[in-house]
Formats: sequence, C-alpha cells, structure tokens
Amino acid sequence: MFEQLINGLTQGGVYALLALGFTMIFGTLRMVTFAHGEVYMIGAYMGFEMVRLLYPSLALALVAAMAATALLGLLIELLAFHFLRDAPHVTSLLVTIGISILLVNLAQLIWGPETQSINYALLDKMAYGEISLGGVYISYLQLSVLGVTVLLMVLLFLLINKTKLGMVIRATAQDYEAAYAMGVKVNRIFALAFAIGSMLGGVAGVLVGIYYNLFYPTMGQLYGLKAFSASVVGGLTSLPGAVVAGLMIGVVETFSVEFGASGLRHMVSFIFMILILIFRPGGLFSGKEPIQARGD
Amino acid sequence: MRPLTRGLLANSPYLLLVGVLAAVPPFITNQYHLQVLTFIGIYIILAQSLNLLNGYVGLLSIGHAAFYGVGAYASAKLVMDLHLPFLLAMPGAALVAAGVGYLIAKPTLHLSGIYMTLATLGFNIIFFLILQNWMSFTNGPLGIMDIPPPSFFGREIGSRLGYYYLILALVILTMVSLQRLISCRFGRALIAIREDELAAEAMGVHTTRYKIQAFVLAAFFAGLAGSFYAHFVKFVSPDSFYIYESFILLAMLAFGGQGNLAGPLVGAAVLVLIPEAFRFLQEYRMFVYGGVLIVMMLVRRQGLLGGRVYSLRLPFFDDRERKVYARGDKFLPLEEE
Repeated sequence: MFEQLINGLTQGGVYALLALGFTMIFGTLRMVTFAHGEVYMIGAYMGFEMVRLLYPSLALALVAAMAATALLGLLIELLAFHFLRDAPHVTSLLVTIGISILLVNLAQLIWGPETQSINYALLDKMAYGEISLGGVYISYLQLSVLGVTVLLMVLLFLLINKTKLGMVIRATAQDYEAAYAMGVKVNRIFALAFAIGSMLGGVAGVLVGIYYNLFYPTMGQLYGLKAFSASVVGGLTSLPGAVVAGLMIGVVETFSVEFGASGLRHMVSFIFMILILIFRPGGLFSGKEPIQARGD
Repeated sequence: MRPLTRGLLANSPYLLLVGVLAAVPPFITNQYHLQVLTFIGIYIILAQSLNLLNGYVGLLSIGHAAFYGVGAYASAKLVMDLHLPFLLAMPGAALVAAGVGYLIAKPTLHLSGIYMTLATLGFNIIFFLILQNWMSFTNGPLGIMDIPPPSFFGREIGSRLGYYYLILALVILTMVSLQRLISCRFGRALIAIREDELAAEAMGVHTTRYKIQAFVLAAFFAGLAGSFYAHFVKFVSPDSFYIYESFILLAMLAFGGQGNLAGPLVGAAVLVLIPEAFRFLQEYRMFVYGGVLIVMMLVRRQGLLGGRVYSLRLPFFDDRERKVYARGDKFLPLEEE
C-alpha cells in the first residue's frame, strides 16, 4: 500500500513538474501551448543521447536536457507567440499544435519509431537497490527521481517568491501591461518564463526516461496532455495548485491500477479536468471564476 | 422569366460543377484515383462540419475526430449487431453522433474560449481511451473488421465508382444544407456570436442555445462522414479517431480558410491530394500538416480563401437582393415576377 503511494507520488511528481511548466507559461503569457509534451520528449531523448554517446552520468544528462529544452522553449516562444503577439489566441494555439506534430515526426525520423532503452549499469543498480524507510521500501531510482523533483520545485518556488527576478515575473503575470509601463521588458520575461517552463518539462522527460528506461517519439503525447489537465485542475495560474493536482492525479492513477481498473488509468486526469472545468473552472484553489486567456 | 428558371440560371455554375463531378468519374479507369477522390469527399464533409464551429461560431474545437469516430462505430454497430439496413444506419449513426455532441455541448459550452477548447480535447482523448479499453463492445485496439458495404434495398455498392457517387451525394447534401442554414436567421445568429458575443446577446440572440445547436449540427455531419468511412474502409479502429485526426482537420481549415464554404472545400481537397500526389511525401504526411499549420498561421492567418464570402452565382440572373428588400419592408408590395 505504501509502496503504491510512493509509486504514485513519483509518477505524480513528474506530472507536477510538467504541469508547473504549463502553469509558468500560461501564468505569464496567458496563453496555452500544446507543444509541451513534445518538449518533454525531446528532453528525454537529449538525456538518452548524453548517457549513450558522451558520458554516462545522470547529472550531466539532466543538464544537457535542460539546456536543450530551454533553447527549444525559446524557439517555440519566438515562433508561436513572439511573432503573433497581437493575434487571437487560436492562432498561437494552432502554431503550437503544428510544432508538436513536427517535433514528434522529427524524433521519429532521427531516432526511429521504435522504443529504445539505455544500457547503463548504474541505472540497473539503482532500480534494484532498495532502502527501507520505516518499513517502506523505496528503490534508489525512485528516491532520486523524487529528490530531483522536490529539489526543482523548491528552487522554482524560491526563484518566484524570494528573488527580484521572481517579483518581476509575478508582476508580469499579474498585469503585463502595467509591468511594461513600470519598465519591465515584458518580452524577455515571456521568453524567460517559456524557457523555465520548458526546462522543467525537459527534466521531467529525463526522469521518466530513466525511471522506466523507455524512450519513444510519442512518449510526450499522453504525458503532456495529462500534465496539461493537471495544470487545469490546479487552476492554470497557480504553482502550488499545479503541484497538488499533479501529485493527486499520479496517486489516483496508481491506485486505479491497484484496484483493478487499469483501463481507467489514463482517463483519470481527463475526467478530473472535465469535472473541474464544469464545476469549478477556476481550478482547485482559485475559486469559481476562470482566468481569462489573452485574445480569447 | 419564371423564378425557377431564373434561380436555375443564376446557380448554373454550381450545377455545371456538380455535372462535371458526376459525369467525369466513369471515365477514370484507375481505381486508386477514385479512392483518393472519395477520401477528399469524406474530408470535405468533416472540414465543413468543423468549419461550422471554428469558422462560423468562432468556437475552437480541437476534438472533432471524436464525433467522426462515434459515427463510424455507431454505424458499424447498428449494421452488424442490430442488423439495420444501411439506409437507416447512416442517419442513425449521424443522430447518435449528434446526441453525443449534445451531451458534450450542454455542460461545456457555457465555458469561455480556451476552456471549452480544452474540454473538446479532453473528450476526444477520453473517447479514444474508451474505444481502446472497452473490449467487449469496441473490440479494443484491434477494431471492428468486415463491416458490410452499404446496400440500398438489397443492392450492395461494390465498386469504387458506387462509393464515389454516394460520397458525392453526401457532400452535396452537406454543402447545400450548410449553405441554406448559414444564409438564414440561424447562420446570421452564429456569425453575430463570432463577431461579438456580448453584442449578439444584447440584441436578443440566445448565444448558448445557438452554440449548442451549431455543435450538435457539426457533430451530426461528422457522424455522417464517419458512417460512410466505416462502410467504405470496412474497418474501424481507435487510431483513426485520435486527436491527430482532429489536428489534420484543423490544418485543412487553416490552409483553406474558414468562415465560408469555399475554404474548407479547397483546404480538404489540397491537403488530401498533396501527400497522395507526391508519393515520397507519404511518410512525411504529418510534416506537411504540421508545416501547413505553422506557415499559414504566421503568413496568412485567415487561410487561403478566408475572410470573405465567395459566390459563383451569376449576378445577371440573381434576384435575391431585391426579394430580401421587398420582404423586409412591410409596406412595399411584393413585386410580381
């Protein structure tokens, strides 16, 4: 039972990381991206290549994935949002859908459509080694995935709440026009938020990649959409909301398998999302009123 | 001149077009070409039905493939399990799709903009997952095989040519009914909602009701296309109705343009043809759709033909405007032709 809870939290932590990315992006730009799942997939493959080709180290894999996905995030922001600043929301949305289609097919071209995995002795050791915490067994792998997730969340919260840059980001998120009038370079903040969000997505990709040791071009689709629903459940602009919703979905999913409803497993998050949309469009914590997107 | 003759003459370019489309195919010997034409027909119906939502009401639905799928599965089930004749199964399947559309539209359409869009996406994925997991009803990822071909009063359609004429009839049915719908009060209400929802509401347009009606209609036509697809390909599986199918439809609208009937027609035709015409593109089909979405949105947001209404009617014979004017003014006696 507790093992299942840990499994669920590990899974949910990854959803939460991805949902945080969505939330960072929607929070500042007030627009939705559909390419986030693919950013995650590219991040996973970057970690994969790093370990396979250059140097087998998980820390380096994470760094490589973060760098690559941050750049990718900047590119997406430029293409889909910067050039279309005055366009209706639909336009940007369609561009991100186009980008996501392109990225999946690009990955299929480069890495092939088949599922790959890395041969890495340390990973196996981590997956099979366990430590006992008060009677509950956790594998080292789970522990490191959870550890990285928590570390990143803490860093993000410190950045947003305790630094000057975080204040600027919050100001932009609240009212970008007012922030602009106060001398904030809004375009840079948008790009930065996109880069940070994508970076979180990339890390999530590496974590899931090494956790299951499976890499395939469409790995981002369902994850991206699930994380997206987590972020909707959390209220689309609330960082704590995204974390709670992500963890909740991860745990409920794991338990739905435990209780024999494995067919329902992938549906959980979407059912949550639609229920929230119908009954509490503002998300779990932010009340009844939904946050308006820009250009809607 | 009698009104009927006048109307026929005014519409003669359309009639000519239909005549050409009906007369030429028997001379096409390549079965594969006929099949491509048939697929263009399916996608025209789908794109037109999505256009009703995205183009006319201004609701962005990115889960339209779900209704296409409902139509396909419903039709297969009605014919194979309930042994309904095709002539009943096809409208039946479309009605089932419309019913599902209503069930989805009712709770979600009061949501604004992006939230409603997300809900459509969520429903599409849930629908796909249900298809995959409900083994006893949908046969899961394996899909339903050996769906019988359409038959009319005991006569089965066997040839590609037969399918072509059936889809031609369906396309004409769809286009004519959509044309009639959007040029009456209903269509004007939809356009008013698109242009300014608040203003439309202030003018007494019941916006939520019209949105639901448009959604149900769009689902109906998508279900019609789905029903045809099921009996044409004779095999349905969940993969054909995943969100990628919805994205392809979005690409067609983005390419051709929306808000008129010409855009989706051209978009569907061109985007089905491109991967077929250049065989080396087959593998990169999705690249084409993704690229089209990005490039069109960046370069020409309204699509190739979007932004205005096109008409091939001959103005010399066209007496519509006069009539509308006469009808609008109570004190002006109706002119006798």
